[in-house]
Amino acid sequence: MSDVSYLDNGELPRIPVAEPADYIRLLKPRVMSLVVFTALAGLLLAPVPPHPLIAFVALLSIAIGAGASGALNMWYDADIDAKMERTSKRPIPAGRLDPESALAFGVVLSILSVFTLGFATNWLAAALLAFTIFFYVVIYTMWLKRWTPLNIVIGGAAGALPPIVGYAAATGEINLASVVLFAIIFIWTPPHFWALAILKIEDYDRAGVPMLPNVAGLARTRLEILLYTLVLAPLGLAPWLLGFASPVYGFVAMAGGVMIVNIAARMFRARDAADMRRAAGRMFGFSILYLFGLFLVLVIERALHLLALI
Amino acid sequence: MSENKDERERPTDGVMLTHEQQRGRRARNIAIGVGVALLVVLFYAITVVRLGGVVANRTL
Repeated sequence: MSDVSYLDNGELPRIPVAEPADYIRLLKPRVMSLVVFTALAGLLLAPVPPHPLIAFVALLSIAIGAGASGALNMWYDADIDAKMERTSKRPIPAGRLDPESALAFGVVLSILSVFTLGFATNWLAAALLAFTIFFYVVIYTMWLKRWTPLNIVIGGAAGALPPIVGYAAATGEINLASVVLFAIIFIWTPPHFWALAILKIEDYDRAGVPMLPNVAGLARTRLEILLYTLVLAPLGLAPWLLGFASPVYGFVAMAGGVMIVNIAARMFRARDAADMRRAAGRMFGFSILYLFGLFLVLVIERALHLLALI
Repeated sequence: MSENKDERERPTDGVMLTHEQQRGRRARNIAIGVGVALLVVLFYAITVVRLGGVVANRTL
């Protein structure tokens, strides 16, 4: 008798060659780091800081939850990832990892992260994390992404939720300040991703993903990017105007807001394709710097404030 | 004794893993082991922090 197990179609099973590094790539570490950073800002908004270990576990759970969403996204999108240059080297399209393992990994980590956050902090935070994972995987990845050019406008809510989850983990409730941080990331997301979509328009065309530049054209996309940055710039000032950030933050937000609107305006006025691609590259790069800058100042300010309380 | 020897020398009819597959499996097993061990330590620490030191002061 043989101990070889055959698949239904009579073929031998594929034995994966994946190493832990491939599983770590499934978690989208760069996205994860931004999620941790924005969740930390939400957590530090709490009037009374949680125990350092509880804060660490909360951030770890949120990071793992975000990573699990990334793994489930890569499982579902393996077919279009294979067609796009930017994503073709991901573990599944590269053939290093089978989709079933990625699915199992994503589901296990999702459950583990939600329950760990619930046990360590509270069940509101856990429910919000579960909703974030659900929204990213089911609403964005499975439904919106391949259906409408508004995919990232609505889907951006998933990426914007971590500050609310972080604040809820520390306090057991949701407050206006954490919702303001949510709104900043939510409005920041479309111009950031549309700039990328302009740079990678051929990739998205090949994969059949209806991003705004492919569906509505470059002129409409440039106008939308400009309009979003015109909303984003004043919204970025809200933490200072509402009194939970200092004038230093206000200055950084004002300078950053002027610069991002300026880049969007240049992009809008670009005369030829090469000029516009350059401006789109600047918009993509600066948008990361803008969001990182705002949250960095906020995190430093809140950390200093909490240290003064101790 | 000779039967055992035959058993050892008989070529396996199972799936023969390549060197790369064996290396991947070993690395995955180690990662899972380390992950589970860290999880145990983490839950122990969470329990102590959440319940506080008084958890040890129970009458038997």
